Amino acid sequence: MRLRLAALLAAVAGVLMLLAPSPALAQATPTPTAPAGSAPAADNPIVPGANITVTLLDLKGGEGKPSPVPGVSLTVLKDSRSGAEVGTQTTDSKGRVSIGIEGNGTYVVELDPKTLPEGVELSGSGETVKTVQVKLASSNFVQFQIGAVVVEEASLGSKIVDGTRSGIIAGLLIALAALGLSLIFGTTGLTNFAHGELITFGAIATYVFNRGFGLPVVVAGVLAVLASAAFGFLQDRGLWRPLRNRGTGLIAMMIVSIGLALFMRSIYQYGFGGSTRTLSQYVVQGRDSYGPIDLSHKEIAIVLVSVVTLLVTCIALMRTRLGKAMRAVSDNPALSASSGMRVDGVISAVWVLGTALTGLAGVLLAVQQQVNFQMGFNLLLLVFAGVTLGGLGTIWGALIGSLIIGLMVELGPVFGVPASIKEVGALVVLILILLVRPQGILGKAQRIG
Amino acid sequence: MDFGTIIDAAFSAALGPQAIVFALAAIGLNVHFGYTGLLNFGQAGFMSIAAFGLAVTVVTWDMPFWLGIVVGMIAAVVLALVLGIPTLRLRADYLAIVTIATSEILRLIFGAVEFKDTFGGSNGLNGFAGTYQRLNPYGDGVDLGIVSFSRNDLWSITVGWTLVAISSLLVFALMRSPWGRVLKSIREDEDAVRSLGKNVFAYKMQALVLGGVFGGIAGIFHILKQGSAVPTDFNTTFTFYAYAALLIGGAARVLGPVVGSMIFWFLIAGIGSFFSQATSGADPLLPEWLMTNTQASLIRFILLGLGLMLLMIFRPQGIFGDRREIAIDGR
Amino acid sequence: MAVELSEARAALANVSNEPGAAKPDPIVKGSNITRTFGGLKAVDVEHIEIQRGVITALIGPNGAGKTTLFNLLTGFDEPDEGDWAFNGKSLAKVPAYKVARRGMVRTFQLTKVLSKLTVIENMRLGATGQRGEKFFSAAFKSLWSSQEDANTVRADDLLARFKLDAKREDFAGSLSGGQRKLLEMARALMVDPELIMLDEPMAGVNPALKQSLLGHVKSLRDEGRTVLFVEHDMDMVRDISDWVIVMAQGQIVAEGTPQSVMADQRVIDAYLGAHHDTDITEIDVADLEAEADAELDAEAEENKS
Repeated sequence: MRLRLAALLAAVAGVLMLLAPSPALAQATPTPTAPAGSAPAADNPIVPGANITVTLLDLKGGEGKPSPVPGVSLTVLKDSRSGAEVGTQTTDSKGRVSIGIEGNGTYVVELDPKTLPEGVELSGSGETVKTVQVKLASSNFVQFQIGAVVVEEASLGSKIVDGTRSGIIAGLLIALAALGLSLIFGTTGLTNFAHGELITFGAIATYVFNRGFGLPVVVAGVLAVLASAAFGFLQDRGLWRPLRNRGTGLIAMMIVSIGLALFMRSIYQYGFGGSTRTLSQYVVQGRDSYGPIDLSHKEIAIVLVSVVTLLVTCIALMRTRLGKAMRAVSDNPALSASSGMRVDGVISAVWVLGTALTGLAGVLLAVQQQVNFQMGFNLLLLVFAGVTLGGLGTIWGALIGSLIIGLMVELGPVFGVPASIKEVGALVVLILILLVRPQGILGKAQRIG
Repeated sequence: MDFGTIIDAAFSAALGPQAIVFALAAIGLNVHFGYTGLLNFGQAGFMSIAAFGLAVTVVTWDMPFWLGIVVGMIAAVVLALVLGIPTLRLRADYLAIVTIATSEILRLIFGAVEFKDTFGGSNGLNGFAGTYQRLNPYGDGVDLGIVSFSRNDLWSITVGWTLVAISSLLVFALMRSPWGRVLKSIREDEDAVRSLGKNVFAYKMQALVLGGVFGGIAGIFHILKQGSAVPTDFNTTFTFYAYAALLIGGAARVLGPVVGSMIFWFLIAGIGSFFSQATSGADPLLPEWLMTNTQASLIRFILLGLGLMLLMIFRPQGIFGDRREIAIDGR
Repeated sequence: MAVELSEARAALANVSNEPGAAKPDPIVKGSNITRTFGGLKAVDVEHIEIQRGVITALIGPNGAGKTTLFNLLTGFDEPDEGDWAFNGKSLAKVPAYKVARRGMVRTFQLTKVLSKLTVIENMRLGATGQRGEKFFSAAFKSLWSSQEDANTVRADDLLARFKLDAKREDFAGSLSGGQRKLLEMARALMVDPELIMLDEPMAGVNPALKQSLLGHVKSLRDEGRTVLFVEHDMDMVRDISDWVIVMAQGQIVAEGTPQSVMADQRVIDAYLGAHHDTDITEIDVADLEAEADAELDAEAEENKS
């Protein structure tokens, strides 16, 4: 009998989770399962959201093109071989199974050797178990194999397409939050470390309206944006405006915002708990192909909503009276006040607009992935990076900077950034760009003296 | 409710090794932020690079312990230089963003599964503290009624408070000198200092390196007292807590960071112990529907956030500071 | 490098009144210095020379580029192009602190006293070559205390001269506007500069203090230093300056002795035309508006970040 090698190629795709792995997750995403030993399914779609996708390939001893191995039963277990079963599936005609998982953690993929077709044997020690560390997942390809022969991964082209798709979506979400941050920074000079908590606010508000009041996700999202705007208005009135009137310095206000961030994050955790939860709709959606790009319906909606919102906001800021007033205040508050502008009113408007945009980022993030008490905090550094990269306080700069950051994060792994820490690439680029162009891409050089 | 336990927990934490780590890190931040006005939000990065400098030298490269200490300190100095050269000529916010980004980069790299062979992945490294533990002269732990420490903690406390004392003395000596005067002047107005012929960049760099070295000492002490170097210990939240400790005690005061760290841990441990007791047992003081035991552990962080805000608004000079000479009301 | 005052003044008598005229003994010499902000050419100086040992006034309407020229000359801003020299040594690309060390020290329009340091600490900061300012000797007081004492004596002398000795231990933040100007001037003298550049020394100073401030500026010249100052107060310019340079829209439009400049038609056209010897109600509104606009532009430019 000719010894043939089979290899497993696992792609761990999943939620866009940034910077810090979230702790233990409680609620499971629905897990499609196929009964073990049944006939090979025609097609196992890749589960959106967190999943482990395994492709089983017959390497034929390294000669010729590897071919998929259908009809093999694979089981994914949590933590260890004796852990809870997450799902079992039988490889389809492409040799693929795709099993949804709950989130970060350790998973064990076990292959049932009895279901291997005639003539196919495992190479090497014949090990049938592999352990996968799932971290920070969007499209993290973790490749492992049973046997010693390295398999070619997904082609470079398709990885670039995938990375670009995820990067643009991530970049747009970052851009919404970054525009909010930039507006507030531009008009008040406040470096707001509690901005991440405004993102979380939008997401948790969506969850509460959706799961708590049973409203459809779309309605819940709209209400959450309104709630965010109201929250921003009250925050400015109740906290920041009194501080401005007292003449509190910018650095002192920045530290106040750090305190506020700790406070709000702990409150969220108190009320919402440490677990990651899903909304009631649009959790699992298959992707359709549009040319070379695969997109799910919710991803299309997210892209459309964010692009339209960003463009409308930016154009409005360029054209309308309020927009001009905002830019005037950000240029010179004292002068604006003395020329009869209601500076406090303008700043209120900026807070409402800024927090609404940021809340929308949270809503879309909740739809795209899941809801967690520190999702905004995890995103904060990338939002800062986007704003700084584009140029502090510039509107278009925040957009461009955020898109670059999103793409850097998602495309980094294609170009050799270790997949489990793909944010590193974006942050390194940020530092390098600041070295060459300290004012950011669109920022203006400062006048000294 | 057992108040003895609460008091024991509070005092043990205020005098214990964790407060020392905070004190050392906050002394560094005091040099950066309190005296010079540099917004370093990456103190955790200085700590982690020194800590892993030691751990990697001893564990991964199998080199002597003392060489590891040297490597760790050099790593902290190099990090300060690398961060300072591009950013110290720029506005204060840029240093903030670059330091915070760098500390996250370091933490992610140290915890990355791809570099597990060097840095130990998310579990980190251990087995480098043997020399430190063998130097322990104590035979047993101590229980003084309101505080109790194990044998290892007792040794760490001895080493740690000695380090804090030496560091504070050095800061005191430096800050009463003309060198310290230049730093304080830079904090207020760089251009004025420049117009008097002082190389502002060089002074800022010296301050950044000095504060970074204190951060490095904090990081090394942290991993020695617990015997393991774990990447997640060095997250940005740590830096924020260290700032809170500094501001409680008062920025730009020699003993501000030390007193602040002790108060910080006294409150964190005391409040934690109180609410933990209030929610545990068969018939808890606070009913289950109001607060579970898990939620009880969050109360101290809610209060910490609130306290930091109120402190900054109503007493920015800290509990003992002098309002006329603090750094943070201006700009 | 004290220069006989009467000699220096006499030498100026033969200098032509053309913009950028050559001086017999220039301490500063610059040419083709330009600086643009956005589209606005803030400074466009073809040639400038400052005579040693006298008081030179730099005047011009708001937005004329006087402060920007100050910033450029002292290294606080970088020109798009241009070269200038102090005592014959080029200062292009020399950082501000080195410019100060070479003996060219400036003050600021908005005073930059260090308000959380005491007056005497402000003064001590000005001293140069301090051993105690070096990191490795700072921690050991014995290495620097004698030098510190000497500096303190010098600082106390200057405080007495500027009548600030009573405020010695006060925080500088508690001083009045005029006292801050005095402190800044005294602190600059701690550097012992050859050329002292004062940016609007009279702005925000109450009239009672003005006379004594004038006296102090003259005393700087009388002890052999060169003074260059920016000023709006025409009385002061007439009173104490030996030479006047007039700027408008970034360029030098005229120079000469105070008397000749004030009579110069180009100056009257460019600057004084609207204001000089006119009742305030007769001032050309359009001119004023243009001036205000220029100022706003400059301010907006400044505040952009």
